[in-house]
Amino acid sequence: MNKIKAVDKIVFNVISKAVIGFISLVCLIPFIMVISGSISEESEILRNGYSLLPRGFSLDAYQFIVQNPRSILNAYGVTIFVTFTAIVMALFLISMTAYVLYRKDFKYRNTFSFIFYFTTIFNGGLLPTYIMMVSYLHLKDNILALILPNLINVFFLLVMRSFISGTVPESIIESAKIDGANDFYIYWKIILPLIKVGLITIGLFEAVGYWNNWVNAMLYINDKRLYPLQYVLYQLLQSTQAYAQSMADTGGSGVQLPSETFKLSMTIVTTGPIILAYPFLQRYFVQGVTIGAVKG
Amino acid sequence: MLGVTPVKQGLHQKKEGTYIRGVTPLMRELKKNKILFLMLIPALVYILIFNYIPLSGLLVAFKKYTYADGIFGSPWVGLDNFKFFFMSGEAWTVTRNTLVFNTIFLVVGTIFDVLAAVLVSEMSGKYFKRLCQSFMFLPFFMSWVIVGSIVYNMFNYEYGVLNTILRFFHIQPIDVYNMPKAWYFILPAFSIWKNIGYNSIIYITAIMGINPEIKEAAEIDGANIFLRIRHITIPHLKPTIIIMTLLAVGRILRGNFEMFYQLVGTSSRLFEHTDIIDTYVFRSMISGTDFGMVSAAAFYQSILCFVIIVFVNWCVKKYEPDYALF
Repeated sequence: MNKIKAVDKIVFNVISKAVIGFISLVCLIPFIMVISGSISEESEILRNGYSLLPRGFSLDAYQFIVQNPRSILNAYGVTIFVTFTAIVMALFLISMTAYVLYRKDFKYRNTFSFIFYFTTIFNGGLLPTYIMMVSYLHLKDNILALILPNLINVFFLLVMRSFISGTVPESIIESAKIDGANDFYIYWKIILPLIKVGLITIGLFEAVGYWNNWVNAMLYINDKRLYPLQYVLYQLLQSTQAYAQSMADTGGSGVQLPSETFKLSMTIVTTGPIILAYPFLQRYFVQGVTIGAVKG
Repeated sequence: MLGVTPVKQGLHQKKEGTYIRGVTPLMRELKKNKILFLMLIPALVYILIFNYIPLSGLLVAFKKYTYADGIFGSPWVGLDNFKFFFMSGEAWTVTRNTLVFNTIFLVVGTIFDVLAAVLVSEMSGKYFKRLCQSFMFLPFFMSWVIVGSIVYNMFNYEYGVLNTILRFFHIQPIDVYNMPKAWYFILPAFSIWKNIGYNSIIYITAIMGINPEIKEAAEIDGANIFLRIRHITIPHLKPTIIIMTLLAVGRILRGNFEMFYQLVGTSSRLFEHTDIIDTYVFRSMISGTDFGMVSAAAFYQSILCFVIIVFVNWCVKKYEPDYALF
């Protein structure tokens, strides 16, 4: 009996480790390819093409970036500013709204919840928003255009609401009210400290979303000084030569442009922070999916 | 847990209730929960501006839009824009592509996600498991621009990894940007690749919610691990699978714009098979061609999406009320 059980577990473990190990490798290999491409020698690539492992070794592509840092630093600045501002605004709006919708003594909370929910089942899509942003709010070439669209994610709002009702017992609100605290004071001083985990989690998802966003820049930004990282990378992938020209326009660069490896090294440079932060923040993301999943 | 910050006494202590009887319930509520209403206003204003007012932009579908006249000033043209959109032949192509790809993503994606979740949650070896999960979750955090770069790195005709390998084995290199059919594999592969970490966590959470006693009882009764997965784990995943599928079906006409735009880009030779409603609308929009026709396409998509989601929800409500979305 024991023997049979052991056998089926061993068989299962071999299969599952093989399959999961394989899937994980497939998930990882593209990154390895990009990294090895970025440190390959340009001439080798031009002769033989990219490969899984680096061909030769050269940091020319990175050197080119370091010597012409202006536009990439600028893009970093824009992305960091946008991401940071958006997180603060979004977390404030989402948590405050979620708190109101959570309050059982707020009579119209279901009506208002539906007003928010409805936007997820019926929306006009890209075009009406575009007309609104450009023709009515006049936000073309304004940094707000990178922040405002999709600032309030209704899915996060509902997740936050169920997170609050899972974490904050009704009685806290009641006793605070009896003590005479007003509703905003309760939110600011009592609720916010209690939902820190939820804030961090949703904040991180927002951060990834804003860090990775390029569509807003493509739609609303023509001014090069307002380009965020991902859009800079996108343009670069479209045409290396033109891009490198504009990057190096401040003066002669010491290194000749290695255009193929350059694309990949830029890919690494724009993703760097996410990859570096990932191991430390991963558990929050897992938590975040879980919070969201409970809601369904 | 209950070590709550001490609350100042006497803040806004006000007698409420009795003296406002006779006013409408809304007014009464407004008075009673004044501050809560105030706290709701910023978010309400936001969705009013960014979600509800733009809905009027859908009117453009029935107008000949010019920037100068704006949404309301432009002249009405009835259904001309729709006629144009449907006569162009694009309507059918992009609708078909959107449906076909989303269906593939949904079916194949769910199989992979559930498979990964079941294997991960039942296998032994804590560290190996954790390491694999980290790798599987990683692509989720990459922007589609990065994925575009990866695809370029792999499939680029001259220097791509794929062709390097093919050349190594003396096989004729292939140009996938000239092979529309190949994208029925490439796009789902990358879609699964990017989302498997995230989605499998959802299913793993559901598996962890299964009462361990059920499994123990089955084990004592002699069910091996494969039988337990077949008869305990999978049936318990059913509600989650249904809900995830419903959400996906509700969005079946909304394509993953970022993915298609970054991976296929402007390779117009592929459009016959890879152009979806969202990329079509976007391209027409930024090229500034006929706004009226673009909005007709957008209108058509929005309305169909809405009808589908309401219909799906109605069906669910009828048969399994617990799973209904609203």
